[in-house]
Amino acid sequence: MSDPILTLSGVQTDIAQYHILQGVDLTVPRGGVTMLLGRNGVGKTTTLRTIIGHWQARAGTITFDGQDITAMPTPARARAGIGFVPEDMGIFSDLTVEENMILAAASGPLDSARLDWIFSVFPPLKTFWRAAAGNLSGGQKQMLSIARAMAEDRALYLIDEPTKGLAPAIISTMAGALRDLKNQGASILLVEQNFSVAKALGDTVAVMEDGRINWTGQMAELANDAALQERLMGLSMEAH
Amino acid sequence: MSAAPDHTPTFAQISLSERIGKAAPLLLVPVMVALGFLAIGSPSSWLTLTVSGLAMGMMIFIMASGLTLVFGLMDVINFGHGAFISVGAFVGISVLLVLGSWTGAPSLALNVAAVMLAVIAAMIITGALGWAFERVIVRPVYGAHLKQILVTVGGLIVIEQMIHVIWGPDEIFLTRPETLKGAFTFAGAAIEKYRLLAVVFGLVLFVAMRLVFKRTKIGLIVRAGVQNGEMVQALGYRLRLVFIGVFIAGSALAGLGGVMWGLYQEVITAGMGEEMMILVFIVVIIGGLGSVEGAFIGALLVGLLQNYIAFLEPKLALVSNIALMTAVLMWRPQGMMPVVKAK
Repeated sequence: MSDPILTLSGVQTDIAQYHILQGVDLTVPRGGVTMLLGRNGVGKTTTLRTIIGHWQARAGTITFDGQDITAMPTPARARAGIGFVPEDMGIFSDLTVEENMILAAASGPLDSARLDWIFSVFPPLKTFWRAAAGNLSGGQKQMLSIARAMAEDRALYLIDEPTKGLAPAIISTMAGALRDLKNQGASILLVEQNFSVAKALGDTVAVMEDGRINWTGQMAELANDAALQERLMGLSMEAH
Repeated sequence: MSAAPDHTPTFAQISLSERIGKAAPLLLVPVMVALGFLAIGSPSSWLTLTVSGLAMGMMIFIMASGLTLVFGLMDVINFGHGAFISVGAFVGISVLLVLGSWTGAPSLALNVAAVMLAVIAAMIITGALGWAFERVIVRPVYGAHLKQILVTVGGLIVIEQMIHVIWGPDEIFLTRPETLKGAFTFAGAAIEKYRLLAVVFGLVLFVAMRLVFKRTKIGLIVRAGVQNGEMVQALGYRLRLVFIGVFIAGSALAGLGGVMWGLYQEVITAGMGEEMMILVFIVVIIGGLGSVEGAFIGALLVGLLQNYIAFLEPKLALVSNIALMTAVLMWRPQGMMPVVKAK
C-alpha cells in the first residue's frame, strides 16, 4: 500500500472552553474516498476545519503528503494542495459565479479544459456564469462550492456534507461529480449524512464518537453489517 | 466523465420588491437633488449648493472609503483614521508651501503639478504611518472592539500631539494655487473652481476604485475577504497581507482626503481629522460596512443635505446628518448596501 496522503495522530482541538477533538487518529489513503461518519456533534466538521487550519490543533500532528502541516497557516495548507468545501458552502454571494471561480484558481488563470469538465458536471454554472452567486438556488450554490474546489488539481479534497438539504436530482448530480473526481485519482475525505451516497462513493470509512475515531475499515464491510452500523452510529444504513 | 444531469437550471425566485429594494439606494442622490431644487426654489442658488454639496461629499468619500474597507474587511474600528487625515493635510500643505513659486504662478499645469506632488507626498507618508499604526497599535487588539476604540483614540491623540511638536500648535492658513482660486458663473450660479476639481477628483477615484475591485484579482480578493475571510484563506490567499495592504491604502486615502479638505477649508489644524471623523463614521455606517459604493452614495447624501439645510435652516445644519443617519438606519438597520453584517 502506498503512503497515505493524510495522517492525523492524536489531534486535539478546543473551541473556546470546549474540548471537541480528544485525540483523533486518522489515515486517509492516497486515491479514493474516505468517509468520515458519525452522529451529529461528534467532531466531524471540527476535524475537517482542523485539517485546513481554521481551528488550530492544541496537541497531536497532522501530516499531509509527507509534510508536517500542524503549525502551518491555512493559506499555506491550501497552496500545498488541500481543497476545502465547508458545510456552509462559503460562497461569495456578492461575486458572480465567474468571479468565484477566478478566485478558486489561486495559482493562475482558470484552465479552460478543466472548466469544460466542470461545466459538463455542473451545467447550471455555465448558464449562470455572469450571475451573482447569491442569486443561485441552494443546489446551485453547492455545485459552485464543489466546483471551486475542483478549479485546480488538488492532492486532497475535504468536503463537508455536500448533499445536505438538497433535492434528490441535485444529490445525484453531486454524487456524479464526486465520482468523476474520484475516478481521476483524487483523494477525498468526505463527511456525509446521506448513507446511500456514502455507500455508493466510499472506499474506506472512519467513524467518530465523542471527538475520537472509534472504528475504521472498508465501506463494504460497514455497509453489509447492520449490527455494526447500529453499534457505531445508532442506526442502520438500510433504513435510509 | 459523467453526462450532464437532466434538469433545467433556474434562479431562486427574487421578488419585485427585493429587486426594487436593492436599487433604491442608487435613487437617493437624485431624489435628494430634486427635493433640494423644490425646497430652494432659486435655480442658481440650487446649482451652487449642489456643486458645493457634491464637492464636500466627494472629499468625505475619499476619507471614508479607506475606513469602510478597514471596518468591513478587518472588523477594526479605527478612530485613529482621523490622524491620517490631519497628517496628510500637514504634509501636503508643507509641500505646497515649499512649492510656493509653482502654486503662485498663473499656470494651470504648474498648479496641478504642485497639488499632485503634495498629494503623492501626503499619501506616501500617511501610508507608511498606517503601516506602522497597524503593526504597533491595531495588531494586538484584533477581535476586541472596546480595546480597539481605546487604543486607536490613544493613537489619534499621540499623533495629533506629534503634529503640534513638528508644525507648532497654531492653525496654518493657506491660499489655493492661483488658477484654482475664485469662481466662474454658469447659468447664473457661482461655481468655485476648486469645488469642481474636487468633484472630478472624487469621481475619478471612485471609478478607479470600482475598476480595481471589479477587474483585478486583488480587488476580487478584497471583496471576497470582506464577505468571508476564512474561505479566502482556504483558497490559498494570505489575507493577512491583504489586510495590511488595505490598511495602508486606507490610510493613504485619508491622507489624500486631508490635502483636499485642507485646500477646501484654506486652513489646517491638528484636530481637523478628528472633527471630520463624525461625518466619516456616519458615511461608513449609512453606506453599509465594507461597501465602497455605499460609502460613495452616503458621502454624497451627507454633503448635499448639509449644504441644503445650511442654506434653508442654518440652525438645523448641525443635526441634519445625525437625522439622516437615523432615517437610513430605521429603513435599513445594516446600512444601505452592507457587504458584511454588523456584529
